[in-house]
Amino acid sequence: MNAARSTYLDHAASTPMKPAARDAMLAGLERTGNPGSLHTSGRRARRAVEEARETVAAALGARPAEVVLTAGGTESDNLAVKGLWWGRQSAGRPRRRVLVSAVEHHAVLDPADWLARDQGAEVVRLPVLTDGRLDVAALEEAIAADPGSVALVSVMWANNEVGAVQPLDAVVAAASAHGIPVHADAAQAVGALPVDLAASGLAALTVSGHKLGGPVGSGALLLARGAGAPTVVPVLHGGGQEGGVRSGTVDAAAAASLAVAVDLAVAGREAHAEHLTALRGRLAAAITSAVPDAVITGPRDPALRLPGLLHVVVPGCEGDSLLFLLDAEGVECSTGSACTAGVSRPSHVLSAMGVPDPLARGALRFSLGHTSTAQDVDAAAAALPLVVARARAAAGTLVSA
Amino acid sequence: MRVLAALSGGVDSAVAAARLVEDGHDVVGVHLALSTTDSPSGGRGRGCCTLDDAHDARRAADVLDVPFYVWDFSAEFAAAVLDPFVADYAAGRTPNPCVSCNRHVKFAALADRADALGFDAVATGHWARISGGLSDGAGRPAELHRAADAAKDQSYVLAVLEQRRLARALFPLGDVASKDDVRTEAAALGLSVADKRDSTDICFIPDGDTRTWLGARIPRRPGAVLDTTGAVVGSHDGAAGFTVGQRRGLALGAPAADGRPRYVVSTSVDDDVVTVGSAQDLLVDAVECGAATWCGPAPRAGDAVGVQLRAHGDELSATVEQVAGAVLLRLDEPSPAVAPGQLVALYDGTRVVGSATVERARRRAALVSR
Repeated sequence: MNAARSTYLDHAASTPMKPAARDAMLAGLERTGNPGSLHTSGRRARRAVEEARETVAAALGARPAEVVLTAGGTESDNLAVKGLWWGRQSAGRPRRRVLVSAVEHHAVLDPADWLARDQGAEVVRLPVLTDGRLDVAALEEAIAADPGSVALVSVMWANNEVGAVQPLDAVVAAASAHGIPVHADAAQAVGALPVDLAASGLAALTVSGHKLGGPVGSGALLLARGAGAPTVVPVLHGGGQEGGVRSGTVDAAAAASLAVAVDLAVAGREAHAEHLTALRGRLAAAITSAVPDAVITGPRDPALRLPGLLHVVVPGCEGDSLLFLLDAEGVECSTGSACTAGVSRPSHVLSAMGVPDPLARGALRFSLGHTSTAQDVDAAAAALPLVVARARAAAGTLVSA
Repeated sequence: MRVLAALSGGVDSAVAAARLVEDGHDVVGVHLALSTTDSPSGGRGRGCCTLDDAHDARRAADVLDVPFYVWDFSAEFAAAVLDPFVADYAAGRTPNPCVSCNRHVKFAALADRADALGFDAVATGHWARISGGLSDGAGRPAELHRAADAAKDQSYVLAVLEQRRLARALFPLGDVASKDDVRTEAAALGLSVADKRDSTDICFIPDGDTRTWLGARIPRRPGAVLDTTGAVVGSHDGAAGFTVGQRRGLALGAPAADGRPRYVVSTSVDDDVVTVGSAQDLLVDAVECGAATWCGPAPRAGDAVGVQLRAHGDELSATVEQVAGAVLLRLDEPSPAVAPGQLVALYDGTRVVGSATVERARRRAALVSR
């Protein structure tokens, strides 16, 4: 059952490191020295970190002082949500409300829910439309109800499950009118969409290294500075690195590698997006032809979705079965939804989009990346008819289907 | 063959899967998620023990270099095992949840899904032997036999499987001489579960305290404890919490007139009565059972068989008195403590003939049965 060659279509989960990023990582691992030390080795490590910071900043419309290096997207999201919330409590009047879209990644939803359980926050989950995009009117209403009580708004740049690009301009406009900071998780967006901190008006922006060809365990939180910028209270306390916002010895090798990957991703974005759009179109056509009743979710307008992500719901199937059967054929993808110890749960994203539960169980996410080829797409398409037929037969055996 | 190996996270199922890999089969490991709980945040979560087991199962699959999946059978498990377990106890019966799980989940829901997904067989780490069926490819009907290691034999909890299930089941540990051999084999393969302790009897009651677990799920109605003459000798907090043959937890005020230990000889949840008596009062001559499952051809009236009345019970000799409709078994020697709801497995030598569920025990003593 183990196919010799694998067709990797799960780049949204993790994409292969770009060779130049790997080289930078390996070179960094050869160096000794704590970037916080004053001696020569320390200075050299520090130089690598600061050059990386400058590269990331330049690529993403930020100033170097606005780049907080972290250990990845989840840490960045936690720092943004908790840090902004705490920062907004100490500024005189308590602000209890946290506004998040219902389709956020768990790295945003769970910190927000923790704030509610443990810190007295009131979390408002903002509804989305059937294509997964935020219902901006609902956000405006939620803010208007009591603008002074909103601590922060967190809405992702583009959704990791169905690929919907969120209307961040409208979000920022609605929030900034009342001085409310907005955080956006841009883990899926950098390298696929134009991402610019200054132009966005965001207070905080999450970057994840391994989603764009950098190393796992690397990332950044871009924090806007300047007049009116919110205070961010640290989650990690210690040596006071990263301007005191994120203590812990900076991983110089990972920072250098992340910077190379971000730089390449941003510089090559337009050609890359064009390539992915073509492959996605080929895959969508093949799926529609092989499985006529499959439903491709997310926005129909290509400008409103991630170029390399294709999320599809296959009626009468369990996503688990589809995944298993595709894996057996050497095709690697995802159901797109969160899981614990491998058990899929109905996706909160699909549920927020109003996809009924039995249908939502047959979800599959194909995500293309910088190593994807037309052959990959064709291999997936070729495997689908038999896989879907078998998965449907298997679904008939389950009481819960 | 394409074999789906159920991996519980324990050493037995890991070695069973390893043996299949060694035999050249195309093995895929699957761990069954049988219980799920949602965390307060509305996120995902499961009991920590279950997660640990899933982790151990995944590690074993990784070491064996076979694909591994966790499949959610919690809905099936709740409907076919958990809910009936509670309902049976509430009705004063004594069920065996492992039997229900094998009958309705592992060798029904899982086997059907495996079949639909293109597998030839389902394998588990149960201690039992299969001959015929898929096991040797000779095209003979499958037979279920006791394991080579009598101390570990688990054929009792598999005695509910029909021929069509047995024909596509594999139990690679059936011929292993002892548990020590399994652990040695696991260690030699580098399986981290080699030293893992054996699981408790009931997987969903990790602390083994069945009575407390049931107490939280079955409304307690206190009532009287009577002796076999009908005299009140104590009180109890709920008849459903007692099982025929139980000696502990009776909290009787005064000792019996003869000074001998007293046991629960019957319970009635209809009038909330627990009746206690002597060891003698527990003795059963014959058992009446509901409809049976036969692994192969049905026995005939007059056949001499071996019977096993509980998972770790001794085999007793008995005579089949009636097969059609209900099954009536007469025990050659009286046996103590047989409760409605228990499974009776029938044996012909080491071969499992089939099984049936006890509906009523006929006592030697002239006792009013429930």
